[in-house]
Amino acid sequence: MYFMDLFIKKRIKAIQKGDQNAYADLVDLYKDKIYRLCYRMLGNRHEAEDAAQEAFIRAYIHIDTYNPEMKFSTWLYRIATNLTIDKLRKRKPDVYLDEEVGGTDGLTMQAQLPSRETSPEEAVESLELQETVQRAIEQLPEKYRSVIVLKYMEDLSLQEISEILGLPVGTVKTRLHRGREALRRQLGHL
Amino acid sequence: MECPKEIVLLMHSYFDGDLQPEGEQQLKEHLRSCAACAAHFHELKKTVAFLQYAAHVAAPPSFAAKVMEAMPKERKTARLRRFLHHHPLLTAASLFFALTFGSLASSWGERGAFSVSADEHVIIRDHTVIVPKGETVKGDIVVRNGSIRIEGTVDGDVTVIHGKKYMASAGQVTGEVEEINQVFEWIWYNIKERFNRALQSIE
Repeated sequence: MYFMDLFIKKRIKAIQKGDQNAYADLVDLYKDKIYRLCYRMLGNRHEAEDAAQEAFIRAYIHIDTYNPEMKFSTWLYRIATNLTIDKLRKRKPDVYLDEEVGGTDGLTMQAQLPSRETSPEEAVESLELQETVQRAIEQLPEKYRSVIVLKYMEDLSLQEISEILGLPVGTVKTRLHRGREALRRQLGHL
Repeated sequence: MECPKEIVLLMHSYFDGDLQPEGEQQLKEHLRSCAACAAHFHELKKTVAFLQYAAHVAAPPSFAAKVMEAMPKERKTARLRRFLHHHPLLTAASLFFALTFGSLASSWGERGAFSVSADEHVIIRDHTVIVPKGETVKGDIVVRNGSIRIEGTVDGDVTVIHGKKYMASAGQVTGEVEEINQVFEWIWYNIKERFNRALQSIE
């Protein structure tokens, strides 16, 4: 890992001096992670590609503001997560779904909506299961969606997620719990 | 049956990977005795497994190329620096040219005083050299920072640097006439001159 960190540091120094080619290496290194994050957040390949591309370009433009104390991947994830959340907010007018419903332990209406009927036989097909999981993620309000995606799709630690989202680890945990519970209602019966 | 809330919290601690041994013991015992919580826990486990299963997605093959294409233009100096870095021979060559032509080009910038190489048989008026009608100048004339009006005859070459030449209809130049008003012409002229001088010194 030490070698990798050194490699990334060198690339970033070159980019900060204005060498665009050095950035191609970083794009190659992180494209799958960032694309996956965008896809899981937005649920649409075309939009995901646009968002991931935009995230990489934003990171390049603002490379001077990158703080080397933070892992480069954390910084990239932060840019991409914020970008997708922005896009989600612009996209859906039904913000009320994200409002908390009284007396339900912080669960939202969205999480309480009955899951779309999917029979276990249907879901056995691997592609369909992928689809079903993706649709279930998309039903999550964005604040639960981001932690679930970062934790289970990107396989990041709670500490990293807390840095990416700029939230205390405790808050990340709470959101994870609620996200898992909401998903359980959708996927647990399969 | 209403189970203590902390059981669900313990389940989530388990998934977060920070369940302490005492908590683990408590959870295990409860799950053994409570079917509802056992089912709940099983569903959560399944959910997490589904999520992990669905994780694999790769960026489209052309993704990186598209990103690099969409990048804002980089600073020119960086591109030049990289280019020079990759082409050391060209760098040496361009350095040589820069030094050679650079000094010439900068001497072009110094608009020196008016001067003329011939003073016999010519009239000088307001930075203009006049070769009067009927007069013949033998030899080349070089005018710097001034113009020349040729009404008579020049038996040689005429060169005007930073100026204009006017030929009267009766005027005659036996050699070449040249006006130099551009930097590159000036450089070319200097190279020719230096080359000639170098040849002469060899001879």
